[in-house]
Amino acid sequence: MTVTPDPANPDPAVPVRRPELAVWKFASCDGCQLTLLDCEDELLGIAEQVRITHFLEASSAPGPGPYDLSLVEGSVTTPQDAERIRRIRAASRRLVTIGACATAGGVQALRNYADVAEFRAAVYARPDYIETLATSTPISAHVPVDFELRGCPIDRGQLVEVITAHLAGRTPDVPAHSVCFECKRRGTVCVTVAHGTPCLGPVTHAGCGALCPAYDRGCYGCFGPSDSVNFPSFIPLLRRDGMDTLDVVRVLRTFNTAAPEFDAESRKEARQ
Amino acid sequence: MTHRETKVLRVDSLARVEGEGALHLRLDGGRVTEAHLKIYEPPRFFEAFLRGRSHMEPPDITSRVCGICPVAYQMSACRAIEDACGVTVEGQLAALRRLLYCGEWIESQTLHIYLLHAPDFLGHDSVIDLARTHPAHVERGLALKQTGNAVMELLGGRAIHPVNVRLGGFHRVPAKGELRPLAERLRRARDAAEATVRWVAGFDFPDAGCDHDFLALAEPGTYAIGAGTPTAMPAPGSAGLPPDSDRALSLRTFPVRDFPEHVIETQVPHSTALHSRLDGGRHLTGTLARYAISGRWLPPDVLRTAREAGLGDPREGTVCRNPFRSIIVRAVEVLYAVGEALRLIDAYEPPPRPYIDVPPRAATGHGATEAPRGLLYHRYTLDAGGTVTDAALVPPTAQNQAAIEHELRRAVQHRLDSGGHPTDAELTALCERVIRNHDPCISCSTHFLDLTVERE
Ligand code: SF4
Ligand code: SF4
Repeated sequence: MTVTPDPANPDPAVPVRRPELAVWKFASCDGCQLTLLDCEDELLGIAEQVRITHFLEASSAPGPGPYDLSLVEGSVTTPQDAERIRRIRAASRRLVTIGACATAGGVQALRNYADVAEFRAAVYARPDYIETLATSTPISAHVPVDFELRGCPIDRGQLVEVITAHLAGRTPDVPAHSVCFECKRRGTVCVTVAHGTPCLGPVTHAGCGALCPAYDRGCYGCFGPSDSVNFPSFIPLLRRDGMDTLDVVRVLRTFNTAAPEFDAESRKEARQ
Repeated sequence: MTHRETKVLRVDSLARVEGEGALHLRLDGGRVTEAHLKIYEPPRFFEAFLRGRSHMEPPDITSRVCGICPVAYQMSACRAIEDACGVTVEGQLAALRRLLYCGEWIESQTLHIYLLHAPDFLGHDSVIDLARTHPAHVERGLALKQTGNAVMELLGGRAIHPVNVRLGGFHRVPAKGELRPLAERLRRARDAAEATVRWVAGFDFPDAGCDHDFLALAEPGTYAIGAGTPTAMPAPGSAGLPPDSDRALSLRTFPVRDFPEHVIETQVPHSTALHSRLDGGRHLTGTLARYAISGRWLPPDVLRTAREAGLGDPREGTVCRNPFRSIIVRAVEVLYAVGEALRLIDAYEPPPRPYIDVPPRAATGHGATEAPRGLLYHRYTLDAGGTVTDAALVPPTAQNQAAIEHELRRAVQHRLDSGGHPTDAELTALCERVIRNHDPCISCSTHFLDLTVERE
C-alpha cells in the first residue's frame, strides 16, 4: 500500500498517517457525491490512499475529524445548514466544493428570484412546518473555500484530479476556458455555426468534454460561467438563433442561477 | 420486558441511504409508541419553480431532483408532458428509452446491492471494508455497476443527468454499430448478474413479512419499466381476502390520470417529505411490489434463476413479502435488465428521426414510470404556448414512508418482545437495516405535494 506523506507533518521520524477525507451534503441531489462512487476504477485505489472518515452515502461509521480534505456538495438553504458549514470549515484543513449547488447555489437558487413564502405555500399544505431560508447560497457565501469544482454534476476525471492534487499538495489542473475549446479539441462541428442551434458553450466553463454538442444539442450551461464571459457579443448570437428575452433569462437561470456572471446578465435581460 | 422506562432513541444521520434522514423512536415500557423516519433534507421547491418554465425543460430540470435516478425523472416528465400534448412515443424511440432505463436500473440497483445493502448482511460499515474481506465480490459489483453506467453514457452522454433525452425522443440516436461494444459488455455482465443473484441468495435473512398493499405499474406481457397501468395488490387478509391469498385475481388497476384520486399525499410535521396513502391505506412501491405484480412476465431463464434463489414462482402466485429479501429481487431485476438491454440492442434499427415533435397545447398530462426504487408519478398543466402552469411530482420514497415507519415499529417491537435488553446501538443497527431494505432515496422524497390536498 502506498502511503502519501502528510504535507502538514513532513517529519519522517513521525509515522505517516493517511489523510482523512470527508464528504458532506447540503441541499442537493446527491449526484456529485455519487460521482465519487462512480469512480469504479479508482474508488478502491483512492480508499487506500485516504481514510474516508465521513461519507454518509457510503459508510455508516463516520469519524469525528478533523479532516484533511472536505468535499462539500449542495447549497445552504436553512439556518441550521449555515451553522453546520461553519463547523465543517473549522474541522477541515482544506475545503473543496463539488458541483453547481455548492459552487453557485444550484437549481434550488431559483427561489432567489421568487417569494419563498409563496413557494412554500405552493408545495406544502402546512408551510409553517417547513424551515427554510429565502435564498439558496453557495458555500463560499458562508465560509472561505479552497477550491470550487464546477458542474451539474461534476466530471469524474476532474474529481479524481482534485483529490490526487490535494494528496500531492499541488494545485488541481482544472482548466477555466470555455466549452468551445473542448468542442474544438474533440473535433465536434459547432452546432451554432452549422445548424444555428443556440448554445451556451462560449460562456460556459469547460469540464464536461463538450458533451451536448457531441449529442447534437446546444450547451445549456451546466458547468456555470467560464473565466472570461463576453455577454455583449454573445447574447445577440442567441437572439439570432431564435431565443427571445424570456428564453435567455430562463437558460441563464437554471443550474447555475446564482453564479455572479449568470445572475447579473439574467437580471439585466429581465429588466428589458 | 420487566423494567419500565421511557426512552427516546435517536439516530441523527442515517448512513448508506441516498439523501439525508433521521429516525426518532419512542419506547414506553417495552412498547414502541412512536417511530418517525424524519426527513430533514432541506426542501428544494421543484414544483414551485417549474411553473413558468417551457414544456421542453422539465426533463432536464427534474432530473436534478435525484442524481441516483435521473432517468426516472426524465422519463416520467417526458411521458406526462407528451400525454398533455397528445403525443405517444413508440417503436425504436420507445425501445431506446427502455434501453436507457435498463442502464439506470443496472447501475442503481447494483449500487444499492453492493455498496449500500450487502455490507449489512456481512457485518461491515461500508463497501470499502467489505472490499477487504470480499474483494472479488466487490470488484464484480463495481464492474456490473459500470456496465449500467456505460449504457447511460452511450445513450445519454453521461450517467448522472444524461443530456441526450428530450421530449419526443432523443437529441441524437446511435447508429447500429455504436451499440455493438455495449452488447459485448452486457454479455459479460450477464455472468456477473447471475453470480450476484447467487451471492445475495446465500445471505442470512431475518424472518420478516410486510402487510402493506403493493403498487406498481403493469404492462401485461412484459416487466413494466417505463410505462404501464398503476396496479395494486392488496395485502393478504385485507378487504375480505383470505389471509394467505395474494393472487393475481385480487389485482386492481386504475388509469395513470386517476393517480391523484387514488394516491393522496398529506404532510406530517416531522418530515419535509409528504406521506401518501393508496385509497386510504398504507402501501409499498418498488422492488417487492414490482416483482409481485410483474414477476410472472419475466423471461423463463430469469424466472429459473429467481426460483433457484428461493423466491418461488410468481406465475404460481408466490409473493415475496420479506423486505430483507428485496436484495435478491433487486439482483433478479439487474439480471433481467441486462438481458433486456441485450434484446433491445439486438432488435435495434435506427429510427428515421431522433425525436418526434411535441407541439404544446393547453392541457394537463400525467406520466408514471418505474424508478429503481418505485413508481414515480409526474403531472403537468400547460397553457397553449407550452408554459408550465402547475406541476406535481410524487416520488416513491414519499409513498413508502408510512410503510417504512410501520415496519420500523414492528421490527423494534418484535425485538423488544423477544426478550433481553437490546442496546441502543443494536436497535439503531436494526432500524437502519429496515430502512435500507427499501433503498429510500431521501433526496427525492422531500419536495413534493399533490396539490389536490390543498384543494380539498
Ligand atoms: S450540482 Fe447538480 S449534480 Fe451536483 S448535487 Fe447539485 S443538482 Fe446534483
Ligand atoms: S455541453 Fe454544457 S450543458 Fe452540456 S454537459 Fe457540457 S457544460 Fe453541461
